Amino acid sequence: MAADSYEDVVKNKESIPALEVAPQDLYHAKSFWTKYIFCQDAKVIGIQYGLTAVAIGLVGLVSSWLMRMQIAFPGFIPMDAAQYYQLVTMHGMIMVVYLLTALFLGGFGNYLIPLMVGARDMVFPYVNMVSFWVFFLAVIILASSYFVPGGPTGAGWTLYPPQAITSGTPGGDGLGIVLMLVSLAVFVIGFTMGGLNYVITVLQARTRGMTLMRLPLTVWGIFTATVLALFAFPALFVAGIMMTLDNMLGTSFFMPAIIQFGEKLTHEGGSPILFQHLFWFFGHPEVYIVALPAFGIVSDLISVHARKNIFGYRMMVWAIVIIGGLSFVVWAHHMYVAGMNPWFGFFFATTTLIIAVPTAIKVYNWVLTLWRGNIKLTLPMLFSIAFIITFVNGGLTGLFLGNVAVDVPLSDTYFVVAHFHMVMGIAPVLVILGSVYHWFPLITGRFLNERLGKIHFWVTFIGSYSIYFPMHYLGFMGVTRRYFEVFEGEAFTYSITGINQFITVAALVTGAAQFLFIYNIIVSSKFGKKAGKNPWKACSLEWRTKDVPPTHGNFDKELPVVYRWAYDYSVPGADEDYITQDTPPSAVANARAEQT
Amino acid sequence: METKKDSIIDQLTQKPWDPAQVKIDNSHEGKTFNLHVGKLGLRYLMIVSTIMFCLFIVTYGDRMIYDDWVKMPEPFLLWINTFILFVSSIIFIRIQIASKKNQFKKAKRDLILVGFLALIFLIGQFLVWQNMVDKGYYVYGSPANAYFYLFTALHGLHLLGGLVYWVMTIRKVWNINNINIRKAKHTIELCSIYWHFLLAVWIVLFGLMLFT
Repeated sequence: MAADSYEDVVKNKESIPALEVAPQDLYHAKSFWTKYIFCQDAKVIGIQYGLTAVAIGLVGLVSSWLMRMQIAFPGFIPMDAAQYYQLVTMHGMIMVVYLLTALFLGGFGNYLIPLMVGARDMVFPYVNMVSFWVFFLAVIILASSYFVPGGPTGAGWTLYPPQAITSGTPGGDGLGIVLMLVSLAVFVIGFTMGGLNYVITVLQARTRGMTLMRLPLTVWGIFTATVLALFAFPALFVAGIMMTLDNMLGTSFFMPAIIQFGEKLTHEGGSPILFQHLFWFFGHPEVYIVALPAFGIVSDLISVHARKNIFGYRMMVWAIVIIGGLSFVVWAHHMYVAGMNPWFGFFFATTTLIIAVPTAIKVYNWVLTLWRGNIKLTLPMLFSIAFIITFVNGGLTGLFLGNVAVDVPLSDTYFVVAHFHMVMGIAPVLVILGSVYHWFPLITGRFLNERLGKIHFWVTFIGSYSIYFPMHYLGFMGVTRRYFEVFEGEAFTYSITGINQFITVAALVTGAAQFLFIYNIIVSSKFGKKAGKNPWKACSLEWRTKDVPPTHGNFDKELPVVYRWAYDYSVPGADEDYITQDTPPSAVANARAEQT
Repeated sequence: METKKDSIIDQLTQKPWDPAQVKIDNSHEGKTFNLHVGKLGLRYLMIVSTIMFCLFIVTYGDRMIYDDWVKMPEPFLLWINTFILFVSSIIFIRIQIASKKNQFKKAKRDLILVGFLALIFLIGQFLVWQNMVDKGYYVYGSPANAYFYLFTALHGLHLLGGLVYWVMTIRKVWNINNINIRKAKHTIELCSIYWHFLLAVWIVLFGLMLFT
């Protein structure tokens, strides 16, 4: 059947039937407590998630400063090896789980999903509220481990048994490891409640006309990441429960027969490798739980600030889904050095390298979206470009490490530290920062200060590269990660200690720039330039709310009806260079959307 | 009226820019599946739970191949407990039928019976534990023991969670009126599905422990 011309479609659709999505029973807060504390509005919950994640994230940031000080200037800050390993462990776990995962899914997910799909709120607002408070409890449990005798666990963020629960490891024979495991289990429970909302809201609560293939890529990223988490987090939960039982009740799930300080422990026959499989069955998808929302968000930022539709929308969606699927069959590439059948190594190396295909599609599409676009070098765009470059850098070193023969000599060196910080530390953080600059006018009605923002961007971007680029070199030189002290000597030359000092100074400066960013947020939320409605002239629905910042219930009396995808920028024939998703064809009769 | 939905694959391969597709998309009502959000939410939770139990079972399979695996005896009480859970599921089918016929008095009576049976089941499981401990099968004794206590505890916790939802169901059925009748029926259906799920999980776990 020949497709109708766009004009025919316009004629036939003058009157789209009124909204059929059943009105949602919203809970209307009556007191301070129900409005700001135990609030059921997804936007408030999103901000609560964001603030809590950033608060604990700052602990992770300061931990990294202290670690870097120890590496570059041993003795400057009094610290023993145990404290160093506690810093390493808490930094890793906080940044990966409690900051990035919580911020992307709990923070951006809650704030943006209902607004972007055209819903008044999440489908289960009460469960959503409980989800945040369970997450908050997990953070409190984690933070409380700083104050118990022996301190937090210092087993490394991977918590490998048997050393994680044996004495000699910081926190291993005390409460430190127990609190970490309990906190993770509580986090998973809280996340499951939140994930329930994100998934079902995207699937079932979209407004009229919002098909799956009209969803902004931000929603696709967060949605797919949540589905990954739904499959991956149970593995962490299972591993955590079993290790807690090994620790508390003396079972031998993971603990082999072991002699500790000359005394044989009661454990026997457990498999530490089994823990590693469970951990990485969670751990690798976790990389994409963090990366996919970043992929989605950055696609939207690039499109809005280049005034161009996203290149290859369907491919972008499929790439997100395919990357998500593949992320479950690569986990053992984290375990090459643990030893495995060479055929397994071959299998996992192959699957790992295959991920480069959909990922490269995404990178090409971002670049092609920028190609001949009307690029505005706004702060969100600067951060987006920085993300693309950083992600490519981090991704390329991933190709090195995906190969068994290359991974084995590099695995215990700073090359790995550089790789994973580039690809899942700096790259997603750049997207987070860019998206805060992008959506701050929606959340507060004001712009962030641009001058401070530019300083923040350049210090963060150049600073990050100053930290992690030299680390690749350190890795090639054979500088081992996890070492408490790096002395000059036969193994480590003067140049290496010099580089370490340079990296530490860069880390201190880059970290300090984040406090400038926080200052900007605090000051601009009160005194920033007023933004008005839809200041970036974006097409997606979050900018089409009745009030800015959006109030309870998000939209006016009727939900918006969607007539197009979220990327109608610079449409030939249109009066303006953007057509919002809820603009009916009759309002832009001359626009030829199919030519964009 | 419910409309037929395209499959997920169909939806993912649409071309949103195609004018013919635009026409179809503009009247799309926004749902992906013809399912109530409550039912879909329950499926989500059951999937998460299933993944968790599957992972435990995978580790069980991995652990049982080692030499220190000593099979545990299965006390007869476990069979009785299984029967109790099975009867609960049957009663839930009766409750659903009664609810469809608007016979809420009957549904109320059967719901109380199911709650009572759930408590009996939990007490029964506790007695099995006590029995095992008395015979010297401690949790740290062998990995098979550890899995036995772990599986029964996790299943019991799931049942306790079900009992919380059961209380909500009872409350809705107790205060039934013309306004909340649909909600009550819906809650009964969800509670019932969850109970069948718990029976299925238990049968898999029990079978696993029985045959290995």
